[in-house]
Amino acid sequence: MMGAQEKKVMAEIDPKVLSHVTVVNNVWKVDAQDLYYRELNTLLRALDRNGAEKVELHSVFGQRYIGTDLKTNLNIDIFGTPGNDLAAFMNGPRITVHGNTQDCIANTMNEGKIVVHGRAGDIAGYGMRGGKVFIRDDIGARAGIHMKEYMDKKPYLVVGGTSMDFLGEYMAGGVLMVLGLNLKEGEKHRARFVGTGMHAGVIYVRGDVTHMGKEVKMVDVDKGDSIVIEGLVREFCGYFKADFDKVMSKKFMKIVPYSSRPYGRIYAY
Amino acid sequence: MNELDRKLVNPFNNDKDFAGCAIFGMMDLEGKRFGSKDPVKAMANMHDRSNGLGGGFAVYGIYPAFKDYYAFHVMYLSRDAKDKTDRILASCFNIIYDEEMQTKPANVIDPPLMWRYFVQAKKRRPENLTEDECVIQAVMRINTETGKAFVFSSGKDMGVFKGVGFPEDIADYFCLEDYQGYLWSCHGRFPTNTPGWWGGAHPFNVLDWTVVHNGELSSYGINRRYLEMYGYKCTLQTDTEVLAYAFDLLMRRQRLPIEVVAQILAAPFWSDIDSSDPKRSYTLRAIRQTYGSLLMNGPFSVVVAHHGEMIGLTDRIKLRPMIAGTRGDLLYLSSEEAAMRLVSPKLDRLWTPRGGEPVIGRVGGKKLVEVAAKMEAQ
Repeated sequence: MMGAQEKKVMAEIDPKVLSHVTVVNNVWKVDAQDLYYRELNTLLRALDRNGAEKVELHSVFGQRYIGTDLKTNLNIDIFGTPGNDLAAFMNGPRITVHGNTQDCIANTMNEGKIVVHGRAGDIAGYGMRGGKVFIRDDIGARAGIHMKEYMDKKPYLVVGGTSMDFLGEYMAGGVLMVLGLNLKEGEKHRARFVGTGMHAGVIYVRGDVTHMGKEVKMVDVDKGDSIVIEGLVREFCGYFKADFDKVMSKKFMKIVPYSSRPYGRIYAY
Repeated sequence: MNELDRKLVNPFNNDKDFAGCAIFGMMDLEGKRFGSKDPVKAMANMHDRSNGLGGGFAVYGIYPAFKDYYAFHVMYLSRDAKDKTDRILASCFNIIYDEEMQTKPANVIDPPLMWRYFVQAKKRRPENLTEDECVIQAVMRINTETGKAFVFSSGKDMGVFKGVGFPEDIADYFCLEDYQGYLWSCHGRFPTNTPGWWGGAHPFNVLDWTVVHNGELSSYGINRRYLEMYGYKCTLQTDTEVLAYAFDLLMRRQRLPIEVVAQILAAPFWSDIDSSDPKRSYTLRAIRQTYGSLLMNGPFSVVVAHHGEMIGLTDRIKLRPMIAGTRGDLLYLSSEEAAMRLVSPKLDRLWTPRGGEPVIGRVGGKKLVEVAAKMEAQ
């Protein structure tokens, strides 16, 4: 028996796309193989609009912008490799990726959550303005570039592995955390130019980094920081079955900018 | 606007331009040959990285029956140019065999006449030039003197196939399903500052060196002037051309190892050079001083290939994507992981090379494993 909601969604979807969709116990299963990203995202919008609660995308191979423009608390499970700009401008849903992600995930994301059981490519969290992203493994270059915050909107990006260069470049707000769980004893994060151009927000690193941009300094964490760190680590450990005490046993440091206007003297007269 | 203009301006009525070229390299480290299915499938998956104004493939090991002869692929924008080119070729080489290249109707725009020659360098050569030098001179002569003929492939037992269209359409046009090779280097183009024309598509080739490139070389001017001193003339109106000649100069003529070439093209920062140990710092400084004009400035990720070797390299601050993976004897380099996963859902190893650090695959060599292990250790 088809529910009213299902009927409504089905009526909105292109028949060609419909053949990729099955509904089992209120879970919308989509075989994304050979679906173009526009078809896939149109389908997701229709589901989002009509109050679907759980979607599973199977055989995803590089479709871009998955999750863009969605506004409800939809749960999306992705099996495969979603394409660039995963969750760009997303405003609410929770995405779980069972695999790796490519470049530019959470681009300008406004609200919601992404949990990646794998790695992420370059410029993750680009211009992110809210919501949370948890990545189990490593992250590419320029993670958290231009992340920003305003009043109650504050983005969080947590990385279990290590980062490539330019972590937190031009960061303007929010919280970036790199745990380095795959680093050996005494090994530094190889990231260079960490925090170049950063002028607000905070980067927490577990362990040390190789090189920092000249706009930032590394300082000890204070009590307020510890509360934030513990909360994020606890959530991280919940998703990826990591040992909370073991993660917390190593020292965290905080990277913050010297100034809120590092280039004020260069560009302003 | 007539139909052709409309197609050229906005061939698929896209309401938004997508960004970024697509590069993909696939190589069998045992030298076993395979067909076009996987490389073309991977390129079709990255369709949106290109905009239909260029696509191409370089395939190694495709002419086993003619492997001792240079295979010239030439595009002719006029019949006149063919007569001139035939005369130049006949004066420099013994032409063993020539034919119009097999093509079939496909979704490509305005294809020129395509001709293939198998040639052998003459026994008596002016000024005791090597066979390779003869080929380079002939290529430069044809590209500059005829005006309407361009040699886009000039190596032995390898060939470049390229033009204006999406990569999968170019593969269709050149009937690539009929060829087998052990190394495929592929490109989908999204031209930004230079025209989209048949000669400007990637791969760029000289002898058996090919380059496919995602990015932009803002140092093109100085690189080009430097290469002109060595007899390389840039005629294809696209920045990437200098990379092909730079690799030919540094690796074939000057026999520098790729590790050094990577330091030349994607030179470390002066601050890194200063903080290295004195011996290394001295070497790096000498390299930068000698080859300053070959520093490739701007964002790039490239796949460079010649017989028996495939190299992936990005600029030193990683402004363009590249990901590498292996499965059995196969090495993959790709702009996007999804394309790699599509042709090989399971991978033995997957890693992202750091900016300026090359990934090197050699036929029969253990080199790749060493490099990969070193990177992982770091």
